[in-house]
Amino acid sequence: MTSKHSSYKEPLIQYLVFLADTNLILSQRNSEWCGHGPVLEQDIAITNITLDLLGQARLLYQYAAELINKENPSANETEDTLAYHRLEREYKNLLLTELPKGDWAVTILRQFLYSVYQQLLYTELLNGKDKHLAAIAEKSLKETHYHVKWSSEWVLRLGDGTPESHARMENALLSLWMYTDEMFIAAAYEDKSITGIAVTELKKEWLTRVSAILQEATLAVPSDDLFMQTGGKTGVHTEHMGYILADLQYLQRTYPGANW
Amino acid sequence: MATQELEKLFHDNIDAEIKIEPRDWMPDSYRKTNIRQISQHAHSEIVGMLPEGNWITRAPSLKRKAILIAKVQDEAGHGLYLYSAAETLGISRDQLIHELHSGKAKYSSIFNYPTLTWADMGAIGWLVDGAAIINQVMLCRTSYGPYARAMVRICKEESFHQRQGFQILYELSKGTDAQKAMCQDAINRWWWPSLMMFGPKDADSPHSAQSIKWKIKRKTNDELRQNFVDMIAEQVKVLGMILPDPDLKWNEARKHYDFGEINWDEFWRVVKGDGPCNRQRLQARINAHNEGAWVRAAAKAYAKKRQQEEVVA
Amino acid sequence: MQIKFNKYYYGDIPEDNGGQQSEIKKVPASDGKEEWPLWEVFIRSKQGLDHKHAGSLHAVDAKMAIENARDVYTRRQEGTSIWVVESKNLFASNPADNEMLFDPANNKIYRHPTFYELPDEVKHM
Repeated sequence: MTSKHSSYKEPLIQYLVFLADTNLILSQRNSEWCGHGPVLEQDIAITNITLDLLGQARLLYQYAAELINKENPSANETEDTLAYHRLEREYKNLLLTELPKGDWAVTILRQFLYSVYQQLLYTELLNGKDKHLAAIAEKSLKETHYHVKWSSEWVLRLGDGTPESHARMENALLSLWMYTDEMFIAAAYEDKSITGIAVTELKKEWLTRVSAILQEATLAVPSDDLFMQTGGKTGVHTEHMGYILADLQYLQRTYPGANW
Repeated sequence: MATQELEKLFHDNIDAEIKIEPRDWMPDSYRKTNIRQISQHAHSEIVGMLPEGNWITRAPSLKRKAILIAKVQDEAGHGLYLYSAAETLGISRDQLIHELHSGKAKYSSIFNYPTLTWADMGAIGWLVDGAAIINQVMLCRTSYGPYARAMVRICKEESFHQRQGFQILYELSKGTDAQKAMCQDAINRWWWPSLMMFGPKDADSPHSAQSIKWKIKRKTNDELRQNFVDMIAEQVKVLGMILPDPDLKWNEARKHYDFGEINWDEFWRVVKGDGPCNRQRLQARINAHNEGAWVRAAAKAYAKKRQQEEVVA
Repeated sequence: MQIKFNKYYYGDIPEDNGGQQSEIKKVPASDGKEEWPLWEVFIRSKQGLDHKHAGSLHAVDAKMAIENARDVYTRRQEGTSIWVVESKNLFASNPADNEMLFDPANNKIYRHPTFYELPDEVKHM
């Protein structure tokens, strides 16, 4: 269950790949809305976020590839070999991002839960140990701030909109909440000694910000004792992941070695 | 002013290349023709998102994926600009969308063909957008102001669409045997449908004169089609591919390419709803609209609540 | 005046020749009341320039209208500032009044600098 990609043990590389995968897979899911949005203006809006996340993933993969090639000049890694040529167990994205796009409530809530986390995490990265990563974080944050604003407003509209939208948001909360803890449980490559960030400590602030919006949206914050799902960060995914990769990797797998 | 005088003024303005603006007097049929044409154009942009959207999750590199997403998103934007232009004529977007969904309003038949391989992304950009651009450049000078302005914006944004399509095919044409075959296959399937985009022959469009006279259109179907053939017949050489038409050859006397007869049976079959994807395309739009109904209602209800709060405060 | 058009690219496949007459799911007619309000968008493309009308869009409130304008009309770095106004709040002059409103300016050419001939010795005025 490994490819040559599993041999890149350097924690920083693994961490970059984790950050990149998470953005890529969420982008992949959000891109399914393109052409199918609830209203033209919002079709365009969600697609802007899709493009932002994809752009962020590319910067991170490019940096990871650069580090890998520096260490091992014959590796010839690129953003595309990293994004397309790995096995499922080698993808490190959060489980949250690979769940089906669901209805607009699920998509909005997921974006909100993730963007608030991303905002906190990337703000920390600004002062992290790696300067290049800090620069990527700085660039990404401008986009993330907007994602937080946009998704927060939609959480309010749906939570405090109609009885139907409220019910749909409650369902979305129920199905997504159990995937949120994973964000704050550090994988080995995420240890503070490596990244300079104690990801566990972000949880409190995340919960405060998320709860404030949920409450304003008249939605109850789910209780703490929900059984939390983990595994994405170490490559143990949900059943959905295989299908995502079947789509994502289809051409690269069918025509190995071709340029596009 | 009497209607006759208004009508004379209207025609004088058209003749003098003065744009007609939303609040100006215009004949009913001019209004109707514009609504129909602009909205069909808008619907074409929106339905046109679907065949290309089909390949977003499968794009073969991250760069291609980003380009494709941006392009399909542009089409949403263009649809929006065009709906806005139509709305200045006194019809709501909801009404226009309803006419599309009920089957009353039409969109370009080209989007009723399936996208079967990645090369189709290239062929659509090069041939379909190429054909559309010829039409759209002409429409930048159309007589109705809001339509012309929307088209100027659209043409500016479209300029990368055809180039990225050609580039996809160019890359394939230099690639493996399988990629070359994929490239030629896509050209074979998209060539004739893109010629059909220009509509029936002038001889079969007896009333087109009025539309030209009103300067809604500025060139005939056959003129535009010929421009397109002349352009593509040269560009295909760069790809080292061929166009699937044995009758295609340069005519030195006319200084144009001659080309074979379009299959008009197929043209009318697809227009009338029997293309390979007519039902799926329309159903996809209807589904998106219906499944979005609760979202639109929620946003509206929320805005209303906030407004009432402000009034109370 | 009923004129029938018969040109068929993009814009104009006539209704009587259209296909796809709804074996597909019936769509309820919309009365337009559920539609989000229409807004006009004005964009300042560069500091120092005026806001210019860019187009319109639908949104439930001003906040959403500004965000939609950002997403729709500034995808290519076209903007540094956005104004939106709900279309129903925009008032326009009546084209029927054009002669009365605008023609009287035609005979006041003395408002233009070229009206004044100055001796060549005076430069840059």
